[in-house]
Amino acid sequence: MAQAHAPQFKNPVVKWIDSRLPIFTMLDHEYNQYPMPRNVNYLWAFGAIAGIMLVIMIATGLVLAMQYAAHTTIAFDSVERIMRDVNYGWLLRYVHANGASMFFIAVYIHMFRGLYYGSYKAPREILWILGVLILLAMMATAFMGYVLPWGQMSFWGATVITNLFSAFPLVGDPIVTWLWGGFSVDNPTLNRFFALHFLLPFVLLGLVILHTAALHVSGSNNPLGIDAKGPQDTVPFNPYVTVKDGFAVVVFLIFYAAFVFFAPNYLGHPDNYIPANPLVTPAHIVPEWYFLPFYAILRAIPDKLGGVLAMFGAIAVLAALPWLDTSKVRSCKFRPIYRQFFWILAIDALVLGYAGAMPAEGVWLLVARIGTAYYFFHFLILLPLLGKLERPLPLPASICEPVLKGGGRVAAGAHAKPMEKA
Amino acid sequence: MRSLKSAILSAAVALGLAGAAQASEAVHIPKQEWSHSGVFGTIDKASAQRGFQIYKEVCSTCHSAKLVPIRTLAGIGFNEDELKAIAAGYEVQAGPNDAGEMFMRPGIPADRFPSPFPNDNAARAANNGALPPDLSLMAKARVGGEDYLYAFLTGFEENPPEGVTLMPGMNYNKYFPGHQVGMPNILMPDGVTYADGTPATVQQQAHDVSTFLTFIAEPHMDARKQMGVKVILFLIVLAGLMYATKRKLWSTLH
Repeated sequence: MAQAHAPQFKNPVVKWIDSRLPIFTMLDHEYNQYPMPRNVNYLWAFGAIAGIMLVIMIATGLVLAMQYAAHTTIAFDSVERIMRDVNYGWLLRYVHANGASMFFIAVYIHMFRGLYYGSYKAPREILWILGVLILLAMMATAFMGYVLPWGQMSFWGATVITNLFSAFPLVGDPIVTWLWGGFSVDNPTLNRFFALHFLLPFVLLGLVILHTAALHVSGSNNPLGIDAKGPQDTVPFNPYVTVKDGFAVVVFLIFYAAFVFFAPNYLGHPDNYIPANPLVTPAHIVPEWYFLPFYAILRAIPDKLGGVLAMFGAIAVLAALPWLDTSKVRSCKFRPIYRQFFWILAIDALVLGYAGAMPAEGVWLLVARIGTAYYFFHFLILLPLLGKLERPLPLPASICEPVLKGGGRVAAGAHAKPMEKA
Repeated sequence: MRSLKSAILSAAVALGLAGAAQASEAVHIPKQEWSHSGVFGTIDKASAQRGFQIYKEVCSTCHSAKLVPIRTLAGIGFNEDELKAIAAGYEVQAGPNDAGEMFMRPGIPADRFPSPFPNDNAARAANNGALPPDLSLMAKARVGGEDYLYAFLTGFEENPPEGVTLMPGMNYNKYFPGHQVGMPNILMPDGVTYADGTPATVQQQAHDVSTFLTFIAEPHMDARKQMGVKVILFLIVLAGLMYATKRKLWSTLH
């Protein structure tokens, strides 16, 4: 982290507080002077976008929780009451429901950006692992949130997913009973899911704070994947990146608003507007779109326990990524072969998502199996080998060299000293 | 920039997949013209009022709409007196009174539409074992939405195609999943008499009642779209200002 100069506060109250508890100095260091590589592109805005989404989800969720009733007999009707009778309840619910999808879109783009530019490599391994934990916490939160309206997909999705744990030998069935708080998905399940759905976002928030803290130790990666060597390579976060991220956030909000106002149920499933009925199973139980690739992996393995392990393995393998990728070069820009495999992986993820939405039979089952095999092949075999075999292109000497063709003026107001890692 | 475009494209494709996956499993449902479709579309209030008449005279003999308060109909142009009159046309159970007994009273606009049967078992008993589903959310609870409702209501066939044997008491419908449905073909030409003189063809009735069901499934749809236009226009202007600011600021770097 750059050792920035201590800020001078004019406001006597701020000064008084800061000399006793230096929160203003900390904020100034981390969000005002924090040096960002000057060559970051708009893909770097998705971290900020994901952060905004978390705030939107917590804010709307808090208000929804004040109106929602977590009991199987009235949960569905209480959601409809929010939609019909609560002032702007429809807006809050659609912002929240579509917000989950938007949060995942932002995080998935953020992750693929990390994959492309090698943001997980030393010294950012813990930063990356915290990100994987954030993804896990998001998945758990989203899954439990989808159960709360107590529609058909809520109920049957909860039944399918909680039943996965029964695959574990010996402890499986007791675990499932313990998760349910009974012998089927019922009121105790709904109650605890509501409690956990309220709790987990704050765990998520804690993880995000750690994620940001870890980021600010090593500094942000950049499209070249080389370390910033001095103030000529960076710009202070504020105002340069605040404005740039701000613009990106607003554009993202336009995309988000288009769903909220004009297609609020497009990403949902019509079956969830039918109240939960334990006696009627929907023809196809399909999870929300953001789980589909993992759902495809789950169903691709003919063995139940194997499927569950493969599904969790698909996320665990991401945590091991910093050590699976043996290449010292971060950015795909300088890894011509890996770059092609990156796009194949991206397509593989989309194909798995499509296969996950299809019935697990015939050609789609085959597609899911090939896609699953390729997914693990990419991480477990290709990446370790490629790092040894691939010949990376020559790296530029510094960030500002290719940007400005031989060094540029220091950014106005950039007083950051050279980064320690340089 | 190229990678950014690809990322956006990937997201769009992923979203498209989610929708495509849902649509692919059912029979093709023809699209209809709706005044409320599209960004600027609003509910056709006259059509929805006629649809309400069909709901009242035809559907509600078997189907409930128990999540919908009668006052919701203000959204399709009924004034307060009309709402009171509509509500008073229903008998609603209330109580217990001071003697501890439940009693019937005329409805008020704050009441929800009374259900034709006291419970699901009674509904099944009266309908040959089939449960007529609640209509409150019907337009959102089926793949295809109002297009499906229209197709379903006009999709009954007197004689099933060859090779199809109907189970006792079932009726053939081209668009119902599995094609065999307990509900009979209920919309007849001039089965209702519209007060505004609109000819009550089966297609007209199906269109009107589908519009009405779309309205009660989402009474705030018009308000939502109108707010959406304002929000998005605001965001576009804001994005323009942000972009101009960003350009100006970053230009000092070079």
